[in-house]
Amino acid sequence: MAEEKKEFWRWTESNWKSPDINWNDAKYMTVGIDVGSVSSQAVIMADGKVMAYGNMRTGSDSPNSARNALKFALEAIGDMPEDRMDYCIGTGYGRVNVPFADRSITEIACHARGANFIYGPQVRTVLDVGGQDIKAIQCDEKGKVTNFLMNDKCAAGTGRGMEVFSDLLGVPIQEVGDRSFEFKGEEPAAVSSTCVVYAKSEATGLLRKGWTKEEVLAAYCKAMAERIYSLVERVGVKAEFAVTGGMAKNRGVMDRVMPFVGLERMKTEWDTQIAGAAGAALFGFALCKKGKGRKK
Amino acid sequence: MLANYGYKDASGDFFITIDTDKCDGCGNCVPACPVGVFEVLDEDPNDPMRDEPVAVVSGEKKKKLKYECNPCKPDSDRPALPCVAACGEGAISHSW
Repeated sequence: MAEEKKEFWRWTESNWKSPDINWNDAKYMTVGIDVGSVSSQAVIMADGKVMAYGNMRTGSDSPNSARNALKFALEAIGDMPEDRMDYCIGTGYGRVNVPFADRSITEIACHARGANFIYGPQVRTVLDVGGQDIKAIQCDEKGKVTNFLMNDKCAAGTGRGMEVFSDLLGVPIQEVGDRSFEFKGEEPAAVSSTCVVYAKSEATGLLRKGWTKEEVLAAYCKAMAERIYSLVERVGVKAEFAVTGGMAKNRGVMDRVMPFVGLERMKTEWDTQIAGAAGAALFGFALCKKGKGRKK
Repeated sequence: MLANYGYKDASGDFFITIDTDKCDGCGNCVPACPVGVFEVLDEDPNDPMRDEPVAVVSGEKKKKLKYECNPCKPDSDRPALPCVAACGEGAISHSW
């Protein structure tokens, strides 16, 4: 009988609620929904403080993914009615497909704002490595973008590429980072191609030549790091340096990017995947305060 | 803000940079470009708190700039790019 196919790329979905915030006390409840190509997040804020969030995989249908992410965040709170929300902003690749959003804002603006919130106002360079794109952003102390580029033409060096590799090698995605350092001797050279499709066939060849999974992972992480840094280089690096998106959780890639950057990357307790949605919710709060919120 | 539109692939870097602090949204670049790379929006999509119009590279063009801009970039005797020449504020630049 055929062995059941395990899906190693499946990262864990999560939701969270702040123990200290009560939605009854808040003046403005704002929501940010980030529908990405691979994951979707909903962040619910009470007067600019994160009250709850949900983080899940994007399905084949953007409106449903947005709804599910919000439902997941609301489940964490438990007793808040959906119509208590004052303003909702959609962002990310699927931002125009968030049916209940009052408006949409690009992920560039939201990620800079979100990184400013998650890491603090010292952040000047934000690297977001998402499911299918890479964003390099410079921002000021308020999280306002001063320079950005987004590469969404080619998925080389992105999260989805890493998912493909974790599946190919049978290494759960959460373990990829650590495992990529578990090789003996010198670090293997980067695979020559960052294109997911070509790198996959290159990896198959290396495995056949007798490379261990760890060595192949190291070689792929290295290639991704080089690709990612080549984009960061164009906007330039200013201290402090922060990473958002799912790839921030993969030290196999990030620990290989940072020597190029020449700085320490900032640390946070927050889930790095919520940066875009957090930024969107903060814009919602700012618009409400300016009296530009929803007409009631 | 320096807005870099474009991409990097195995054949090189292809970015058009619009300096939104210089851009006044006049729209001269829109008819100047023979293939319609630019458009002017009432609000900067990457700066939601700004309310003035601004030029952007349109979504459908930014993933094929290498090809779209090619006719204006002959190998020799390269004249000034029409978009760069049309912008009185000097807000537009090309990376290649």
